[in-house]
Amino acid sequence: MAGYLTNLLLLALLVFILVLVIRTRRLFPVVVLAGAYSLVSAAMFVNLDAVDVAFTEAAVGAGISTVLFLAAMAYLPAVEKTPPEAKGVGHIMPALIICVFAGALLVAAAVELPPVGDPLAPPHTHVAPRYLEESGSFLHIPNVVTTVLASYRGFDTFGETVVVFAAGLGVLVLLAGFTRTARATKSAAVEDTTPGEGDDA
Amino acid sequence: MRDNPILRVTAKILFAPIIVFGLYVQFHGDYGPGGGFQAGVIIAAAFILHALIFGLEAGRRLVPGWVNLAILAFGVLIYGGVGVAGMMLDGLFLDYNVLSYDASKGQHYGILLVEFGVGMTVTGVMLALFHAFAGFIESDYDATEDKT
Repeated sequence: MAGYLTNLLLLALLVFILVLVIRTRRLFPVVVLAGAYSLVSAAMFVNLDAVDVAFTEAAVGAGISTVLFLAAMAYLPAVEKTPPEAKGVGHIMPALIICVFAGALLVAAAVELPPVGDPLAPPHTHVAPRYLEESGSFLHIPNVVTTVLASYRGFDTFGETVVVFAAGLGVLVLLAGFTRTARATKSAAVEDTTPGEGDDA
Repeated sequence: MRDNPILRVTAKILFAPIIVFGLYVQFHGDYGPGGGFQAGVIIAAAFILHALIFGLEAGRRLVPGWVNLAILAFGVLIYGGVGVAGMMLDGLFLDYNVLSYDASKGQHYGILLVEFGVGMTVTGVMLALFHAFAGFIESDYDATEDKT
């Protein structure tokens, strides 16, 4: 019961942060609030006994992402543009209908979910019992998450690692390209003293 | 930030313990929460802290760009290499049972090596991204300065 109350409190906090993020027009508070959002999510994962996920969320979501966002933010205008004046209710009607419809679908699906920790739930009756037994008795590795991640689902993790590698390389190639353009623009500007066409790149 | 003695001393004191904690998370992943992904981020965070406090140039001198690229490529190579090693020893791709005389020991070695590869790639990518973003700022700053 206390667990449910804590989760409810944390969820309310998430919604509160979300409303703040939507209402803020300055980027710096949004980045910091996104970090706070990740931290509250991590607390929620701990409450659900998913410590590995919580650890990742705290390290990646609240830690590194905030720093990377701040580093990338210096390139954007500090204040978001104010949206154009709303033209009556008809303007937001389609978005409202889609939101209510999708929300109703999600709530309907959530009602049908098995309760948290139900041993007879479908995901817990397929291969999970074998993993749980073998990891302790055969592999002698107490943390089942690690065995599932690195051994039983080694292919998936290999794919994830390659995705991280490819994404990192992609960003590096894009930014390296920009730096070279900036240098070319810079030398062109020095040569004929007319600001080049590359400044909106 | 380079002139603030409190930040400099704190960064100097924290740098090594953060890396040690990252290594603990890396190699203790079998017994507690953690693993390559988290450890990679934590170790990268130590170097990012260093670059934030002592400047990007000092950070680049500590971990040059080519070292960074080598780290992030070698991580994937180690992971794939463990898989191919399993194939060489008459097993399947990413089959750790054949890596040692004892299947249980083989799994231990396989998981340790694979997680190490993941950690290397994540560290390299995070650090490279930070250096790229921070460097991006400097180069654009120079360009705008020239235009005015």
